[in-house]
Amino acid sequence: MRQGSETREGQLSAIVQFESVGLRYGTGAEVLRDLDFSLSKGRFYFLTGASGAGKTSLLKLLYLAQRPTRGRIRLFDQDLSDAERDSLPHFRRRIGVVFQDFRLIRHLSAYDNVALPLRIAGRDEADINSAVCEMLDWVGLGDRAGARPATLSGGEQQRVAIARAVITQPDLLVADEPTGNVDAEMAKRLLHLFDALNGLGTTVVVATHDLGLIASNPGAEIMRLDSGALVDPTGLLKNPPRMDRREARL
Amino acid sequence: MILDRIWVSGPEARLLPAEGLHGPTVAVMAMMNFVMIIVAAAGLALANTAGVVVSGTESRYVVELPAASASDLPRAVVAARAVPGVRRVSAVPQSEMRKTLERWLGESANSPDLPIPAMATIEIAPGADPAAVSSAVHAQVPAARFSAQSAELKPLLRSLRALQWLALALVLLMVMATGAAMVLAARGALDTHRATVEIMHRIGATDRQVTRLFERKIATDAIAGALAATIAAAVVLIAVGGGVSAAAADLEWSTPFASPDLLILALVPVAAVIVAVAVAHATLLRALRANL
Repeated sequence: MRQGSETREGQLSAIVQFESVGLRYGTGAEVLRDLDFSLSKGRFYFLTGASGAGKTSLLKLLYLAQRPTRGRIRLFDQDLSDAERDSLPHFRRRIGVVFQDFRLIRHLSAYDNVALPLRIAGRDEADINSAVCEMLDWVGLGDRAGARPATLSGGEQQRVAIARAVITQPDLLVADEPTGNVDAEMAKRLLHLFDALNGLGTTVVVATHDLGLIASNPGAEIMRLDSGALVDPTGLLKNPPRMDRREARL
Repeated sequence: MILDRIWVSGPEARLLPAEGLHGPTVAVMAMMNFVMIIVAAAGLALANTAGVVVSGTESRYVVELPAASASDLPRAVVAARAVPGVRRVSAVPQSEMRKTLERWLGESANSPDLPIPAMATIEIAPGADPAAVSSAVHAQVPAARFSAQSAELKPLLRSLRALQWLALALVLLMVMATGAAMVLAARGALDTHRATVEIMHRIGATDRQVTRLFERKIATDAIAGALAATIAAAVVLIAVGGGVSAAAADLEWSTPFASPDLLILALVPVAAVIVAVAVAHATLLRALRANL
């Protein structure tokens, strides 16, 4: 992650750029403040922070579920801070999202849930079938393709959610606690999947409390949120973010 | 347009759970359409009745002579017949006049002391001048009163026209009520499937893709309701219309509905379905635009 003032090379390869971004819900206090950073194409990021620090809110800004209340957000070289609503689906199709609560469609089978992004993108059913079967096999659910979410365990639902997020090989993958409900072995496999996608050029952002997960990917950069701001008070983070612009000026 | 909104692929259709055709939308559409068709049919029947009355009276006139001049009736008849364009002049027999009066006066109507006016009906050809007939009759019998039959029926025709407008207003009100019902149905459907809609949006679905799913359900329900209403209304109209037709045949009237009327009645449910789908489409888009 590159903070605030940036090298020209870094700016050119940035897939996400936040400039003085703040977010508040309604008339409440800001849940995110003065976020100034950029994410480079093809890098792997972990987003950490205590519960309530603003991780999910930051992810919502990344996957275009919220607009910032101040500042500018550039995604895929486009300023989307106040982009036309109708233009957003095009960008959302380039982002894969693993929700903390999975958000599977309960009346659809695992197969149909995973196929959803491809159908929305208008792919042929023949292409969809081979891609979905391959993906379900990969996450170990090849034999549960017809099962509905209610009949799947928490870990299986999470794997379906991950398969749905990565099936389109998105440019940006955003995952909120993706290994929270799976065992260590499956967590390793999923991280391997994220790594493989990352190797294909997908920028990956994973919000997690799982230190083991972070440790298993030494090449990743780490972002830490504290009370809505990016910080590194201990100085122990890899590639720690610098203080925000205001503090840097001081 | 409607077919385009109903026809979605199997996998796309599965995105909303299949609930079958038993929702309230079907029942509401059926009731609304039934009332609309029946009211529209009543309006058309009134229009036809008014047309029959007008065509039956527009060329007919009446010559009325007071009892004191009743003996002058043959002269008035001869004078009227002599006017070009007069097709038929018929003197109403005294016996028929008394028979008519019997309804109100009973046996007294046959009393020789009762002064009975004399009357003749005149039918003229289209384009003929009724004023010429009136002048000819007055020249022979100055006491004669010459009047158009249609003038006497004007209040009735006014009432019939008012009822026609009322029927049209009722149909329009029902169309608006159908639209309002569709607004509620569309909002309800969105609320029920809010989680699905949100996931689809997050994954990159456009508003059009989302609305198509709901439109399909609403259009299917609306068509089912309209179809049921059309069948029920047809049964009612055939039953009622059959009796009217028999009476009309006896009275030498036309049947209550002509072919264009049947076409109009068939178009009522079609229009209702189009309105329902269009309103649902607008409602869904507006509701979706309220969120990012």
